[in-house]
Amino acid sequence: MKTNWKYWVPICFVAFWGLIIISYRYAKPRYKPENISDLLDDFSWLINWPKWLDFPLMQPLNAGFDWLITEYGMFFDGINNLLLGLYTTMKDAVVGLPWPLVVVLVIVMTYFVSGKKMGTTIMVGFCTFFIGFLSPRYWDKAIMTTCIVLIGIFLCLVIGIPIGIAMARKPKFRKTLLPLLDLMQTIPSFCYLIPGILLFGLGAVPAIIAIFVYAAPPLIRLTDLGIRLVDKEVVEAADAFGASKKQKLWGVQIPLALPNIMQGVNQSVMMALAMVVIASMIGTRGIGDEVLLGLQQLNVGMATEAGIAIVLLAIIFDRITQSYGDKIQERTMPKKLKKV
Amino acid sequence: MPKIELKNVYKIFGEDPNSVLPLVQKGATKEEILEDTYHTVGLDNVSLSIEEGETFVCMGLSGSGKSTLIRHINRLIDPTEGEVLVDGVNVLEFNEKELLELRRHEMSMVFQRFGLFPHKTVMENVAYGLEVQGKPMEDRSHIAGEQIKAVGLNGFEHQYPSQLSGGMQQRVGLARALATNPGILLMDEAFSALDPLIRNDMQDQLLELQSKLHKTIVFITHDLDESLKLGDHIGILNGGKLVQVGKPEEIIMNPAHDYVAAFVKDVNRAKVLRAKTIMLSPEKYTSNGKGSGETHKVLENSFIEEFLPLVLEKRSVVEVIDKDGNTMGFITEKELAQSLSKT
Repeated sequence: MKTNWKYWVPICFVAFWGLIIISYRYAKPRYKPENISDLLDDFSWLINWPKWLDFPLMQPLNAGFDWLITEYGMFFDGINNLLLGLYTTMKDAVVGLPWPLVVVLVIVMTYFVSGKKMGTTIMVGFCTFFIGFLSPRYWDKAIMTTCIVLIGIFLCLVIGIPIGIAMARKPKFRKTLLPLLDLMQTIPSFCYLIPGILLFGLGAVPAIIAIFVYAAPPLIRLTDLGIRLVDKEVVEAADAFGASKKQKLWGVQIPLALPNIMQGVNQSVMMALAMVVIASMIGTRGIGDEVLLGLQQLNVGMATEAGIAIVLLAIIFDRITQSYGDKIQERTMPKKLKKV
Repeated sequence: MPKIELKNVYKIFGEDPNSVLPLVQKGATKEEILEDTYHTVGLDNVSLSIEEGETFVCMGLSGSGKSTLIRHINRLIDPTEGEVLVDGVNVLEFNEKELLELRRHEMSMVFQRFGLFPHKTVMENVAYGLEVQGKPMEDRSHIAGEQIKAVGLNGFEHQYPSQLSGGMQQRVGLARALATNPGILLMDEAFSALDPLIRNDMQDQLLELQSKLHKTIVFITHDLDESLKLGDHIGILNGGKLVQVGKPEEIIMNPAHDYVAAFVKDVNRAKVLRAKTIMLSPEKYTSNGKGSGETHKVLENSFIEEFLPLVLEKRSVVEVIDKDGNTMGFITEKELAQSLSKT
């Protein structure tokens, strides 16, 4: 593809000078040179970055954020109530159950989700048991953490997969969204955790939002990749038989992309668990706050113990999603010959 | 009325095909276009018509545009310029819904690398066209079961494609294409990925099916022997241009282009040429003076290889007859020698 430099060079040139002029106009008067000709007499501004050359991004961002809170406070309250209600109901339901029943439920679920793999089931069952075994306090907290992660992942799935599919279909959409995904993954998490508190208050909801921001990109990327990697000839075959877009998507593209999508779900879950610990710093209850508590008291043993509990939780999530992915892969690309 | 007709079809791949089109119409070659504009010429003024019930073989080397050509018929690729008529209707004017209907009921396609759905069983693969049409489950499995039997794969209904050999996979592809009972069968290098023995089997199977079904088949291949064996008519593509269209023996006897001549140079003529193509008319034969010895009667449609051993052994003259026994012409050793020599 040839880039049209004829248009791009002047546009960049104008934008560059525009930024400089804006910076200069909004700089504090005491930093500004009194006269443009001063710049040509005294060249010291070339040594250290001059204070007047400072693009004013902070003030409009603050103003925008205040405006968001005053104008759309109701909207964020709505989201807050919805997510908080969901979280509280789910948490209370599971915490209310007797713990042996929860262990048994996890084991039964793993057994069927993994396609009746004994090894995985035993491993997951043992890890579940061991969380409470490490410290009885961890049991309820692990359930809280799990609920937050599950709701966060649910958001990722509901929003992320359609976006991934749209990206695979529309190259222009992919091109515009990729930088945003990069931003979501690289921007320090506190940059959206703290505004999260302002918008949603302390507790589980900002953690859920943070999980979405941090954990959705890998799912979106792998959904997009998975759909694009489906054999071109197979998609062409569906077209040649007159499959509509919907028939093609549900009958061919999604089933064949499913192993990749499941890998994305697995990655999302792992990143969500990492975020849970960070979110404990903004007052989210869960196993993460045990780590934080241990570190604050310089109680290394306590922090490590809580850390192990999180690792166990991660193993449980990983084994279940991974073995489900394997099961799907086995179904789409069977290796063993079935008996006829 | 021809079943399929292409009229002055151009296809140019690249960012702005319409700007390049006038250059191609003025006669710039594929190489010039690529060098000057970074566009690739897929098809260059291709016009052809295919009659109902015939097998039209489109032959060319890779990059000659033959796969592009076949995809214009079901509009997997849209032309830059030109018309594509199926049953006399210009399919380029179809909207999305009409196009889906055309693909669902009128034509189906067989692919070089089979294009089977790896997550569906043989049965589900064969029934796919019917599933897309929205046929109920019982009808689907009934028809699919019959098609699977027709290609000789009974017993494998519940296997997955990856569990079958290449030849078996392509039979699934063929059964899938036939299941919707389309008028037109598009076969894109359907047998090229198979090894020679299996390819031969598949060709025989296709000929046998075709003798019963009389579909309009468009067959793409790069193999001359295959095209001579299957084709009622053959079109030869070179660099996106259709250089010659004709019956197999016309292509062999009168190659219209150096490219075609190079292609047919090594072909086994005795296998392709028929008695009626090389015979002398009775008048000419008598004016040349009757040859000595006995004559053998041979049907006009038999290939040279069928009666050649007889002529060599008995040193006899061949009398060519039609199926009612009327004398159509004669073949002497001279005609045989001429027709079999390569120049």
